[in-house]
Amino acid sequence: MKRRPKSGDSFGFLAEFAGTEELLEAIHACKAAGHTRMEAYTPMPVHEVWDALGHKSHLPKLVLGGGITGGILGFGMQYFASVIHYPINVGGRPLNSWPSFIIITFEMTILFAALTAVFGMLLLNGLPRPHHPVFDVEEFEEASQSRFFLLVPWYDPSFDHDKVPALLESLSPLSLNEVHHP
Amino acid sequence: MNPTPLSENLGRIQRTALMVGVVGSLALLIGAFTSADQFFSSYMTAFLFWLGPTLGSLAIVMLHNMTGGAWGFAIRRLLEAGMRNVPLMGLLFVPILLFGIGHLYEWSHADVVAADAILQHKAAYLNRPFFTIRAVAYFAAWAFLAFAMVRLQARYDRHLEIGALRQMKSISGLGLVIYVLTMSFAAFDWGMSMEPHWFSTIYGLIFVVGQGLATLCLAVVVASRLARHEPFSRWFEPRHFHDLGNLVMAFVMLWAYMSFSQFLIIWSGNLPEEAPWYLHRIGHGWQALALLLVAFHFAVPFLVLLNRPAKRKMGVLAVICAGIFVMRYAELFWLIAPAGGAPFHISWMDVVAPIALGGLWISFFIRGLRGRPLVSLQDAKLLGKLEEAPIL
Repeated sequence: MKRRPKSGDSFGFLAEFAGTEELLEAIHACKAAGHTRMEAYTPMPVHEVWDALGHKSHLPKLVLGGGITGGILGFGMQYFASVIHYPINVGGRPLNSWPSFIIITFEMTILFAALTAVFGMLLLNGLPRPHHPVFDVEEFEEASQSRFFLLVPWYDPSFDHDKVPALLESLSPLSLNEVHHP
Repeated sequence: MNPTPLSENLGRIQRTALMVGVVGSLALLIGAFTSADQFFSSYMTAFLFWLGPTLGSLAIVMLHNMTGGAWGFAIRRLLEAGMRNVPLMGLLFVPILLFGIGHLYEWSHADVVAADAILQHKAAYLNRPFFTIRAVAYFAAWAFLAFAMVRLQARYDRHLEIGALRQMKSISGLGLVIYVLTMSFAAFDWGMSMEPHWFSTIYGLIFVVGQGLATLCLAVVVASRLARHEPFSRWFEPRHFHDLGNLVMAFVMLWAYMSFSQFLIIWSGNLPEEAPWYLHRIGHGWQALALLLVAFHFAVPFLVLLNRPAKRKMGVLAVICAGIFVMRYAELFWLIAPAGGAPFHISWMDVVAPIALGGLWISFFIRGLRGRPLVSLQDAKLLGKLEEAPIL
């Protein structure tokens, strides 16, 4: 476990690239050098980058859990109301009229899954986060315009304050900046 | 054009399918003379089953013309070959028109209608001449749309006519409306009127969705076979199968939604003119088949297709799709065979008919595939995938 970083410590190194291919090349080179936790910033979604980074997300499992919870709640709520709490005979139908419970059960499943997806995504990404250290790098503005960035952060297991800049420099980036903890 | 192993393979499949089709049809002919009622019930089921990928191909091409998307370019030629079978299906409907109406539909018997006030009210719609006129009109509309799609696509492929694309798009919008309406009414005529007292407005849409589902499943299965061979191994990508898998899942859910809506409404209403239709289909030994549909037409494919990796692996997706395709027949059998409260039974013709019609369908399908580029050259160029379009 690394020590808790202080203000001014290195947050990582940020390299700027002109296109997707250069970025992908850099990701593969860094992976070959043993880096496993990197961040990439691109002006548009690039699926290959996601695959190359190899980030594992727990969100799908969370969403499935949320959906199942919603479904059980939805069905349970109706079952409780019409069988246990306030049983009432409607046209001779059974108290547990499961076909008519399905719609609400389905809606609750979707609702809980969708809410879990949105809030789980925010939570796992550490959002909302008004400021991030990479914003201090002037070139980073271009990340939403035309440039591709690769960040090797301090929490990467094989982060080395001397070797990382040398490695990134060897990939001939347009710019290379050290990012600091605020 | 050098014959490739793939081309030879397809040729062999085509000949075998044709043979199966002809032998099966001859066997059915014997069945038709020994037990005409059973023959027409089996034949109608098999006919509706193979009508699925025929009209579904047309519908999905029209849908793709409106929406675009890489998944559609990937399977477009397969769908075109599928819709080229509209005339074949028209021909296969002729025996039903000429000899089948009396065996399939009680409203065609004057003595039954005379004793039944409800049927007398419906006689303006349910009578032999109007039934025939409608059937001819449906096939005319479908043939026109399929012909227009194939012709315009060919014009675009040959001369890169943007005008042809635009025309295709404008025909597709109206064409989809026409298809959904005609197929709905065809389902009312051919399936629903077997029990003429019963009615359900969503019945036609269940057929429409089922046809889309059958088509996508068949396309995935064929594409996954083709993708094992050069040059298609370069043409089909995991993302195509991912998109197709998502579409299959959407159609599975849509099918379940439509089918369940109909069930829920009739179950809640519990009215004497509606409920018997379901009683016929969950009683008399049919319940196991109904549960099988819930499990393998919905639950299992749905749960597997929730997985992203399952949709990207064409092997897994192809198995699921083949299973759904078989279940399509099970659903149609469940819709048609119990009509009128018949107890559970499977005749040898219920097995032979889909195989015989399938043999004919597949042999004509492969005929439609061969001899023209298997991917549109223009699409291939646009997507920068292949230097030249492969021909089988």
